[in-house]
Amino acid sequence: MSSLSFLEKTYLNWSVLSVDGQIDSKTVGEFKEALDQKLLTSKCLAIDLTLVRFMSSAGLRALLVLHHQTSSQGLSLVFVGINEDIQDVMRVTGFHQHFTLVSSLDELQPAVQ
Amino acid sequence: MTQSSNRVDLNPTSTISGFEVRPGRPLPFGVTAVANGLNFSIFTSSGTSCTLVLFRLGEKIPYAEISIPESFRVGNVYSIIVFGLDIETLEYGYRIDGPNSFSSGHSFDHSKILMDPYARLISGRDFWASDPDWSDIYPYRSRVPLDDFDWGNDKQLEIPPEDLIIYELHIRGYTVSTTSESKYPGTYAGLVEKIPYLKALGINAVELMPIFEFDEYENSRDHPETGEKLYNFWGYSTLGFFAPKAAFASTGTIGMQVDEFKQLVKSFHSAGIEVILDVVFNHTAEGNEQGPVLSFKGLDNKVYYMLTPEGYYFNFSGTGNTLNCNNPIVRNLVLDCLRYWVAEYHIDGFRFDLAAILGRDPLGYPLSNPPLLESLAFDPILSKAKLIAEAWDAGGLYQVGTFPAFGRWGEWNGKYRDCVRRFLKGDEGMVGELAQRVQGSPDLYEASGRSPATSVNFITCHDGFTLNDLVSYNDKHNDANGEFNRDGGNDNYSWNCGVEGVSGNPDILQFRIRQMQNALSILMMSRGVPMLLMGDEFARTQGGNNNAYCLDSPISWVDWSLIQSNQELWSFTQALISLRNLHPALRVNSFSDSGSKLLGLASSSFHGSIPYQPDWSNSSKQLAWLFSCDIDIDQSCESDAVYVITNMSQFASWFDLPQLPESKTWSIAINTGDRASPFAKNSGSPFTNSGLLAGEHSVIILTT
Repeated sequence: MSSLSFLEKTYLNWSVLSVDGQIDSKTVGEFKEALDQKLLTSKCLAIDLTLVRFMSSAGLRALLVLHHQTSSQGLSLVFVGINEDIQDVMRVTGFHQHFTLVSSLDELQPAVQ
Repeated sequence: MTQSSNRVDLNPTSTISGFEVRPGRPLPFGVTAVANGLNFSIFTSSGTSCTLVLFRLGEKIPYAEISIPESFRVGNVYSIIVFGLDIETLEYGYRIDGPNSFSSGHSFDHSKILMDPYARLISGRDFWASDPDWSDIYPYRSRVPLDDFDWGNDKQLEIPPEDLIIYELHIRGYTVSTTSESKYPGTYAGLVEKIPYLKALGINAVELMPIFEFDEYENSRDHPETGEKLYNFWGYSTLGFFAPKAAFASTGTIGMQVDEFKQLVKSFHSAGIEVILDVVFNHTAEGNEQGPVLSFKGLDNKVYYMLTPEGYYFNFSGTGNTLNCNNPIVRNLVLDCLRYWVAEYHIDGFRFDLAAILGRDPLGYPLSNPPLLESLAFDPILSKAKLIAEAWDAGGLYQVGTFPAFGRWGEWNGKYRDCVRRFLKGDEGMVGELAQRVQGSPDLYEASGRSPATSVNFITCHDGFTLNDLVSYNDKHNDANGEFNRDGGNDNYSWNCGVEGVSGNPDILQFRIRQMQNALSILMMSRGVPMLLMGDEFARTQGGNNNAYCLDSPISWVDWSLIQSNQELWSFTQALISLRNLHPALRVNSFSDSGSKLLGLASSSFHGSIPYQPDWSNSSKQLAWLFSCDIDIDQSCESDAVYVITNMSQFASWFDLPQLPESKTWSIAINTGDRASPFAKNSGSPFTNSGLLAGEHSVIILTT
């Protein structure tokens, strides 16, 4: 049974959730659960996906839902380190336009709250 | 617990094979997501039992089979809600039991797993030309997509039909060549990369050759001499009417073709370009008596197919079977399908392959008021979609001009193609017909109250020679198709300009370019809707192959390096399109327009060396036409006029110009006889002479 592992930290004023594993229909439940927990406590959320090698349609849709949740609550959201293959999928399927992406935490500026 | 799951009607009533279920809703057909579950609905009029078969993505053996209780059947529809399924990894199909005898027309077979005819996502051919597992018990599998694409404010563009310039292309063939330098070659995403190119060319609609799921391996074979693998490349053989072809998506291997195709439509719309689909409802991929049982045959053979009294498949499509389009069940399927593509994918229009079949009754006789065509014409959801018929079929029914249009249907005008081709090569006896064709074919459409934009004018399309081949080959050269050059049409009306095929003679090459310019000029200076074939704007060739349906090779792929070598033709085409867009007189969409009162000119008039004296004689190879109109711009009235001189004789001829009011002068916009400068780079220089010499085999276009 595949599963994800999570690491939480703070970078500048960003609350960072780092994910390790493959996000697909088997793991998307725990991914969503972790995101929901973060939403309760964070105003500026950075999701670090550097260690995510594959993301299925369900994973992308989870990101989209998160984007809508943060937008409607006025929270800042950024995705970090999404690999080129996943970015390609996001580009050609239209997901890309919704998200703010940076390649690493170093690129983050302090979020305006 | 969510609010919706508190509803009594969204909770299971029983358990079957370990799955919680409840009776489903019979409509809509197919699979619909409901709270915590999926609603499955399938029609069979003569089946006696129905089993839902569930697979996990890509697994060989089903993980569950749920026999749908008879109590869940309403009329002839089995429906069931199954709870707790994982939509992303689910593949499903059906087993239907029932009578099986050739003479009765029934072919039920419980051992076969059948695809849902309403499947909106199909797996099994996810990667182009990846050798299939021929032992798969369920090769094409129904799946369930989510309809959650974010369209923003996108909608159909609703460009008036008379303003359209259509560009026909094949998704894979357009960008798969390395010369395309695409990041996503041969895919929907690859085509999106070409939007800036198409925008620069000036077209405002793309017509995509079939993108409904098909199997490139259908009737695939090896070339008997070369051993090259031959495919069902064009895809005129539908597997699933509701599903975009997975292997045309760069994301097809992860099942995201629905999203990728929607993103394509959205991207085209934001560039002001409509998306028209070439749809094939005349037959399916199940072939004849020897063909596979994939879906319709096992669901209700007698309903879905036209059968002879003996039980054989009628073959009006030339491909083995004929869909029974005027059976009410099939009619609804077609209607549901088109509504789905319009509502869910924002598709702007449809071109119907061999559409004459859609007007045949279940025994194949042409109907005078075919209910399917009427339903489509008056459907509220389709009301802004273009409906374009290929108004003939392989059974000999030819309905160009007589297709039952109900005031809505346009037609691929095959008569336009043949007439212009013959005129271009210098055939005698064509000018009378040409006069009709360039006006939008009033001889075909006026009496029945139709308009010029009914006529989709084309000289080349996927079927037949490319434009370059039309002026380079007298005969087809289809050896690569592996049928000993027997396939493909022989009525090409082509002319090789002196040498068959490749030539190093600069005079011949120059003459061919001029003939292509002549062809494009007539096309763009005709009323009606012009359609270009991909690559004709830079002289694409198929080496004389006029039927590249089975070739996934450089013959059928667009070679983008030609854009450099034929820059002159590309710029010329762009200038012509721009000219058409500038001049409303070319886009008048009425046969009874009063022309230009300001200029004192009729809407259309015909001319010869002397104005208003066309040479209608049989030996004439020259015709000039003058189109005009008045237009209201910001509460003021302006005039427009375009004068087109065509001379396809071997001799240059003097043409006096029709007189204009003193305040107006003619400007030369195009002169294909002027080798150095066939089109005016700016707005055209005023021309004050009373006439001009039109070179042999040339076209001159003047504007006010």
